[in-house]
Amino acid sequence: MSDLRTPLARARGLGSARDGLHHWWAQRLTAIALIPLVVWFAISLVMLSGADHAVVRAWIGSPLVMVLLILTIGVGLHHGQLGLRVVIEDYVHGDGRKLALIVAVRFVAVVFGLAAVVAILRIGFGG
Amino acid sequence: MSVANRPVHRPLSPHLQVYRPQLTSVLSILHRATGIALSVGALYLATWVIYAAASPKAYALFQSFNVSIVGRIVLGGWLFCAFYHLCNGIRHLFWDAGYGFELKDAYRSGWIVIAVSLIATVVSWVVGLRLV
Repeated sequence: MSDLRTPLARARGLGSARDGLHHWWAQRLTAIALIPLVVWFAISLVMLSGADHAVVRAWIGSPLVMVLLILTIGVGLHHGQLGLRVVIEDYVHGDGRKLALIVAVRFVAVVFGLAAVVAILRIGFGG
Repeated sequence: MSVANRPVHRPLSPHLQVYRPQLTSVLSILHRATGIALSVGALYLATWVIYAAASPKAYALFQSFNVSIVGRIVLGGWLFCAFYHLCNGIRHLFWDAGYGFELKDAYRSGWIVIAVSLIATVVSWVVGLRLV
């Protein structure tokens, strides 16, 4: 089969809309970032078992935890949104429903992510 | 009706129910299922910090669910989903890099994923319940 693309276009792997590898690559990149983040978060969650409100607030408000927690929630929601999109594309039929669900998932992820970041910053900066 | 015109009812692929479940296919489906569960869990995690930033009263309400039997099962289940998806995700990253495609290797890494995620879940439960 003849390939109408130039060798350069093929090597770049960007597809006809210049977007070919982006989703795949973003999913892998967020996956790699989440390996240390999820290990850290799971250990922290176990260590916080039975902690009261003041202890949890003090933990969330420490600078290192603020950074790692914002990363965990932000990268986690992004990775989840990318994965759910693939699941929706595979199992939801009908273009309208498919598009509506993908958009809804993205909106929910952004709203919850932003709300969580604001909450973390409020705790850290004593709001 | 001639043989050629007779409608043939062959199963269309992928018809999961006509295949005998194999370790590889079960783990693949489980990766998606835990991924969906973790996405919901991420929203719950966001809700947790939002409640922590609100009043102590609101946080106490949120915590009362977490310490209930149902809450503990949900959180413990979340931990298993996280460990499983993490371990199997690393397995996928190795495949993406081109390693571990031999059938023997795919089965061995599959059993390792099951063992590590179960052990990590049990250890987390034991440590967590001791701290309560």
